[in-house]
Amino acid sequence: MQLAVLSGFLLAALVPLLSSIADRRLGWLVALLPAALAVWFAGFLPEVMAGQTLVHEWAWIPGLDISLTFVLDGLSLLFALLITVIGTFVFLYASAYLAGHPDLTRFYVVLLAFMASMLGLVLSDSLITLFVFWELTSITSYLLIGFNHQDADARKAALQGLFVTVGGGLALLAGMVMLAQMSGSYSLQEILVQDGLSEHPLYLAALLCLLGGAFTKSAQFPFHFWLPNAMAAPTPVSSYLHSATMVKAGVYLLARLHPAMGGTEIWQLLLPLFGATTMFVGAFLAIRSTGVKKLLAYSTVMALGTLTLLLGIGTETAMIAFAAFLLGHSLYKGALFMVAGALDHSTGTKDVTRMGGLRKAMPVTAAAALVAGLSLAGLPPLFGFVAKELLFEAVLGGSTLLAYTVTLALASAMLVIAVAAIIALKPFYGALKETPHKPHEAAWPMLAGPVVLAALSLVFGVWPGLAGDLLVQAAASSVAGQPIQVHLYLWHGINAPLLMSLASLLVGALIFWRWDGFRQRLSVLDPMIARGPEAGYFKIMDGLVWIAAWQTRVLQNGSMRNYLSVILMTFVLLVGYTLLWRYQVHWNWDLDVRLHELVVVGLLVAAAGVACATASRLGAVASMGAVGFSVALIFVLFSAPDLGITQVLVETLTVILLVLVLFRLPAFVSLSTPRQRFRDAVVALLTGGLMTLLIMKTIDVQVFPSISEYMVEQSQPLAYGRNIVNVILVDFRALDTLGEIFVLALAAMGVYAMLKLHPGTEPGSNLRAGSLILPRREDDVADDQSKKDPSAVDEGRTS
Amino acid sequence: MMKPGTLILYAAARFLMPLQLMFSVFLLLRGHDEPGGGFIAGLVAAGAFSLYLFAFGSELTRDLMRIDPRTLIGWGLLFGVISAFPALLQGQPFLTAQWWPIPLPGGVEFKLSTPLIFDIGVYLAVIGTVMTFVVALAESEQV
Repeated sequence: MQLAVLSGFLLAALVPLLSSIADRRLGWLVALLPAALAVWFAGFLPEVMAGQTLVHEWAWIPGLDISLTFVLDGLSLLFALLITVIGTFVFLYASAYLAGHPDLTRFYVVLLAFMASMLGLVLSDSLITLFVFWELTSITSYLLIGFNHQDADARKAALQGLFVTVGGGLALLAGMVMLAQMSGSYSLQEILVQDGLSEHPLYLAALLCLLGGAFTKSAQFPFHFWLPNAMAAPTPVSSYLHSATMVKAGVYLLARLHPAMGGTEIWQLLLPLFGATTMFVGAFLAIRSTGVKKLLAYSTVMALGTLTLLLGIGTETAMIAFAAFLLGHSLYKGALFMVAGALDHSTGTKDVTRMGGLRKAMPVTAAAALVAGLSLAGLPPLFGFVAKELLFEAVLGGSTLLAYTVTLALASAMLVIAVAAIIALKPFYGALKETPHKPHEAAWPMLAGPVVLAALSLVFGVWPGLAGDLLVQAAASSVAGQPIQVHLYLWHGINAPLLMSLASLLVGALIFWRWDGFRQRLSVLDPMIARGPEAGYFKIMDGLVWIAAWQTRVLQNGSMRNYLSVILMTFVLLVGYTLLWRYQVHWNWDLDVRLHELVVVGLLVAAAGVACATASRLGAVASMGAVGFSVALIFVLFSAPDLGITQVLVETLTVILLVLVLFRLPAFVSLSTPRQRFRDAVVALLTGGLMTLLIMKTIDVQVFPSISEYMVEQSQPLAYGRNIVNVILVDFRALDTLGEIFVLALAAMGVYAMLKLHPGTEPGSNLRAGSLILPRREDDVADDQSKKDPSAVDEGRTS
Repeated sequence: MMKPGTLILYAAARFLMPLQLMFSVFLLLRGHDEPGGGFIAGLVAAGAFSLYLFAFGSELTRDLMRIDPRTLIGWGLLFGVISAFPALLQGQPFLTAQWWPIPLPGGVEFKLSTPLIFDIGVYLAVIGTVMTFVVALAESEQV
């Protein structure tokens, strides 16, 4: 299963190679992978239907107890099938929708990487790997929303989505760490079978953090605003990430943790509250929109709210409704988004009020839209009807906030019927309207998705037992944490849910009939909506940019002196506090000092003194060199030849670099006032004094047995080397060294950029930090980073 | 910048540079048992190239090095990363050292190993980084 999940990444790496070979058939070739994966996952259906959980283990980082173990149960399988099946059609769709786009290869690479990340997310057993995949979906989503990167709005929307979901991701990480502390394990399998997590003192904090992650990802109110903005992405992306799969990751996480974390009072209060609110807000904002994709996006917000609400209710019916609604929504919403893309592609407009009578020009699209729309509206004989009846039944059977949830569920159902009619009927029926392009039927790769997904809605609607047995029962059982018997029926008899459906149908039809007037009357509320959560987001971003500018001005003002004193004083305060208050300092003067050592030390101190006091640059350089060579001498005296050699070489190198810049440096004048010099002297003395104390303390106490003895002993037998320093560098602590050479490379790039790329000559170099995230242009970010301090080079010695 | 055309510097650079480079390779290879190793060797080699640069200028130094210093950094990182993978193939943790000693005539053994490959990576990365500094500084001087 590891290969199955990671194959998306592998293929993504190969796509640039394939693109030159396969050329125009690349989309088909790429679509083969999700198709094959779908078949492969479907092969597990019999075992999962029988209630089994399949575990494929692989230790990834055994030292940290992080495994790449994948678990396939009902819930994961349902998600995996949705991801791969819809993925197949999305890749096909994209090959026609984006045909001839110059960046098509990049699109496939990112979309494949997304698919693999999403699969990893729903199959991971370890919380850590789940989190890694979670963040990968955020990043790939960011890249896909901003796919048309020349478009400033797309970039802004991409960043907004990234900030909201990654910000929530931070909360999620904290929640996961707490969860692991509560349960003593990072493995979901072990966490889920534990009892009594809800009595743990950390429960509330962990729950709130986890909800923070889930709610931002799944666009719950008040974080719902990023999702409609994400519609700046190409339509295949909207259909795949922002309706069928990624936005459901938050709901997936809640469903996954439901057996361990659910069922408490606070869970049953928060989830229905936020879920129901999101549901209504989504439906309400949908009816105000005229863009096809916005309509669909808001109705997705509504569906995500519904799923959260169902998880909050937590009864057996609610679990069944959850699984059914999840399946139903992915099928019809995936189809409708592809229809929306086909409409946009064919007519050249996204505005639903400008379309009409397209039935004749686009008969297949119209039929698919009708079926999927009926399913969205929740009308028989579509699977959406089954799901909606279950939803009503579950909501009526809830325990907390009953009046609130039932009212909002009914109101949302009314609005959603109108929304469905607007999408499925308005563009296709009535008088033919003039559109920017002459409408034509979409190419078949763009039709395959809507037709098959809509047909599945119909098949599962007519034979609800099929969906129930195949997918819903196992999924609902995993969410509930215990086996549930599921029997889905199209016809429930005349009962409360059916009456609610009838009522919502009538009102919904009325709203659709009077849509234009309805929308106009709603426009009274516009000022209020403009002050909604999105305005809060911009406020926060404003604040962030302000803080960044402020801290750049204060801490990173380009003066080396300033950096050094800030770093050193932080060190002195933190370490000094710990040293003096936690440990006692013993003055141990009983040291065995030889005369020649004293001479070297005397030389060192004298040279340092001269370096501070001298009035010529060459004098300063020479005396600093003397300091360096004295240190090298000390290294040699204490039998560390490698360090000595390195020190000498670094000193030499410093001279070389200095010679290169010597003639460019400004005159060697005193840049600081006596007061500043006094302050700097205090900082220097404090740091030096503290270091001395620290080293004496280190000699004094041995808290842990010294590791150097182990290294001395094991260097020859384990690493076949007699030079311990080198053995440590390239063997014992090779990972550190690897990190360090990467840091070296980064430093080289930084210096190169500073010297070679002059600001203002490259396109885009005048971009300001705030311009991408804020709606307004007049940001007053202090342009501090380009300020150069003439003394920076002078003091920037290598250590 | 220094005045070019100093005879002593020319001669010194021409004779010292190859010696320094050989010495750096010597340091690199002996590093595991005696003082030396990739980092020190890299600094010595960079010193050799820098001396050449002082004598003959950055153009000729680039020609001498054949590979752009920035590319050299990339090769260094690549060697470092490659050396980490043989362990994975053996099912051992990332970066576990692997040894393939090759006996040479005369009873000596050439200790081919992933730490050696890694050290070569460090060597190249250090040369690349220092020479990127030096060449960039020298060239910014000419503008």
